Amino acid sequence: MTEAPAVSVQDLVVSYDGRRVLDGINLEIARGETMVLLGGSGSGKSTLLRQIIGLGRPESGKILVNSVDLARCTPTELKKARRSIGVAFQNAALFNSMSVEDNIALPLREHTRLAESTIRLMTWMKLAVVGLAEFGKHTPPELSGGMKKRAAVARALALDPEILVFDEPSAGLDPIVGAELDDLILGLKRAFSMTVVVVTHEMASAFRIADRMAMLYQGSLIAVGTKDEIRQNPHPRIRQFLDRVPDRLTDSRAIEGHFKRYLEGGEL
Amino acid sequence: MNGSRSNLVERLGAAVLGQVSYVGGIAIQFGNSVLALPRALPLVGRKTRWRSAVVQMLAVGVQAAPMVSIMAVCSGFILAMQGATELRRLGALQFVIQLVTISFTREMGPLLTAIAVSGRSGSAFSAEIGSMVVTEEMDAMRTMAIDPVEFVLAPKYLAALIVVPCLSVLCTACGILAGAIFMRCSAGMIFSVYFRGVLQSIVVRDVIMGLLKSIAFATIIVHVGCLEGFRVRGGPDAVGRSATAAVVKSTFLVILADVLFTAILYLTGGD
Repeated sequence: MTEAPAVSVQDLVVSYDGRRVLDGINLEIARGETMVLLGGSGSGKSTLLRQIIGLGRPESGKILVNSVDLARCTPTELKKARRSIGVAFQNAALFNSMSVEDNIALPLREHTRLAESTIRLMTWMKLAVVGLAEFGKHTPPELSGGMKKRAAVARALALDPEILVFDEPSAGLDPIVGAELDDLILGLKRAFSMTVVVVTHEMASAFRIADRMAMLYQGSLIAVGTKDEIRQNPHPRIRQFLDRVPDRLTDSRAIEGHFKRYLEGGEL
Repeated sequence: MNGSRSNLVERLGAAVLGQVSYVGGIAIQFGNSVLALPRALPLVGRKTRWRSAVVQMLAVGVQAAPMVSIMAVCSGFILAMQGATELRRLGALQFVIQLVTISFTREMGPLLTAIAVSGRSGSAFSAEIGSMVVTEEMDAMRTMAIDPVEFVLAPKYLAALIVVPCLSVLCTACGILAGAIFMRCSAGMIFSVYFRGVLQSIVVRDVIMGLLKSIAFATIIVHVGCLEGFRVRGGPDAVGRSATAAVVKSTFLVILADVLFTAILYLTGGD
């Protein structure tokens, strides 16, 4: 019998204000796999990520995390599913009113009955894993961008999740710190055999950490495959993405349409 | 013509739906917060929530006390002076005692307190929660399976339920004290006579109604402030707008609730 995937997205449709943002997405992420979601700005990759971590309600379709449908489960099931997912947000999303160690201890204090001394030890261990053992007493504003992201990873690891999710881990970081974060993701995967989902548009980072990649374009998945399959994929959008070819920003048809409407007495 | 009429109907419909959605949001949030409130209580609840509620009590209550006291003293003087101008002509200056006491116990104590708390804390709640929404802290909380209503709102609500009635009592006391100082200075009335008159004018029903009003006003201020924060979408400018909206809406709703309470008191023979 084959093992159920860690994450299974089936015919997922998401709309905002009548605009379809995700259109019939089907994606399976196997246990222990690192899946990188690629796509340009507005392609829907962050929306897909929000659905996977249970922060959005789809119009239709299923999001199965450990075989629990996040779109239709009870609040208790959703809570349980969320505890099995650790999320490192793009801007770290640390609580500025708390010290770094309190940020990491928060999920432990909320969801376990461990003694305070044990929580403190576990917090220190999580901070040590991400190389921030010395910075527990600091507050988030006292940390650099890269350190904040590592602290966010430590918090995501607090409850020993089965699935670790990263939203744009290298965004806003210099290449060296970005590479350090890639190393951290690879190290965590090796050490804890986690399923890792990463949203990024940094190609170097994606090719370094991915087992498989999924490419989104205008709310649809245009390719899913291994690094080599993506590299060799002839799809024009993937070629454009990999070869860094810019879009035509001035669409003459749109300008023409605007002038036509204006000349017919309409508003621009 | 037809187009503009349908446009008007469309906008009217959208506005009505917006208001219904707002009221629905407040009702759902209120229900969830009432369910979460026991978890913020000392002994039976979670220690961290109670600690957070105590911090809020200091911010909402203790830090607001000087401002509320000064506002009450000034209003007490104004009321006593305005009343004395008319009552002196009728040779009934001593009725200033009743005027100040009844006005503050029934009306001005709870209302002045609510306006001060709305301006100070309603906007602060909204800005704090709005900033947390913008920086994804609320999303982070949800992904950690922590309920934002229980974690953020319940301690604030519990704190307001405790300190707003206390501030209201302080406000009433300061207003009455201002009346005493005025009567001492303008009519040479000794304090013991004044306070005897005060005790004769205070009715238990008025005190209870005043406290009930304070609890209702605290509920309005916390829930409007927090809902405005939770509804923030966009960037930092939206946080500023939500803080302004929190003060405007909560002050408006406080006055509306006050009318309701006063009407109940009047219709049941209290006035």
